[in-house]
Amino acid sequence: MSAPLYDTGALSPGGGLAVALAVGLAFGFLLERAGLGSARKLSAQFQLTDFTVLRVMFTAIATASLGVFWLSRFGVLDLARVYVPETYLLPQLAGGVVFGAGFVIAGLCPGTACVSAATGRRDGMAVVGGLLLGILAYGTAHLMVERFASSTPRGTFTLPQLIGVSHGATLLILILLALAAFRGAEWLESRRAPSA
Amino acid sequence: MRSRPPGDPYASPYLAGVGIGVVLTVAYVIMGHGVGVSGALTSVVGTAAMAASTAPTSPAWDGYATPGVSGLLGDWFVVEVIGITVGGLASAALAGRLRVETERGQGVGVSRRLAFALCGGAIMGIGARLAKGCTSGQALTGGSLLSVGSWIFIASAFAAAYLAAPLVRREWR
Repeated sequence: MSAPLYDTGALSPGGGLAVALAVGLAFGFLLERAGLGSARKLSAQFQLTDFTVLRVMFTAIATASLGVFWLSRFGVLDLARVYVPETYLLPQLAGGVVFGAGFVIAGLCPGTACVSAATGRRDGMAVVGGLLLGILAYGTAHLMVERFASSTPRGTFTLPQLIGVSHGATLLILILLALAAFRGAEWLESRRAPSA
Repeated sequence: MRSRPPGDPYASPYLAGVGIGVVLTVAYVIMGHGVGVSGALTSVVGTAAMAASTAPTSPAWDGYATPGVSGLLGDWFVVEVIGITVGGLASAALAGRLRVETERGQGVGVSRRLAFALCGGAIMGIGARLAKGCTSGQALTGGSLLSVGSWIFIASAFAAAYLAAPLVRREWR
């Protein structure tokens, strides 16, 4: 178990920032490659005409979750030292609803808005501006929402713990769900083939 | 109806997805954490708010605000978001997709589209703070690490987006 490398001291803080830049460069490049710098393309996901968002996201999640599983199985990666975003049941349920509504109105999410803005799109720049304003508003109202925002904490809580099956079996279910979603997407796209 | 957007055709979404999955895995192996965008934007807002305010500290920006611009450039997620922006720019330039425009549906004015973008962005910003992450930090990172809260976020965000989608359908006709 040698990974994660950063907290073993194998990497200086400056080296960590170089990794941040490289990770960001690759992430932004790949988002734009797939067409996810386009609000038209992201919006088509919600109008059920183009499922690129679903395909990219589900494939990325499946790939990374398999990578983590096998690297940990082979003793390369110590999973206990990887930071898993903590669970807060109600804030994440409510935050997701608010986020999803904003997403469909904006046509872009935070990462794709940065890509859209970088490629010269004014609507992408406006989404980034809106995000900064929303975050400022939330911070200003912090004392009012703090109690709700930190309610129903469950710490590090994962799907295998929730459904009571092994890590590997959870991934098998996840991958079968992804394959079913891809088939469903193809079927919906063929039904609603663009008239042009 | 407009045919194909200008520039090269887009890459396969499966190929791009595998690539993003590999990038995430590399981040876990080297850094021990994944990616994030809304947290980096919170650092920028918090740093600016703290610099503008006379109050010494505000709990809202704890863990995000840094002492000035030099501190921001030492923030892992801020540097990562700079990378995302430059990476997106490089990909669009190589594919001939760089152009100043306002992407919008037929018959939708520029100011109407920009108003939707600004308001939608603001609503998303509030949602992301409440959920402690966005599509990057919760959906991709937390989703691939099988966090229950992240999957709640994915489910509720997509459910809300689909429920609201008919209301904005004509924005993209």
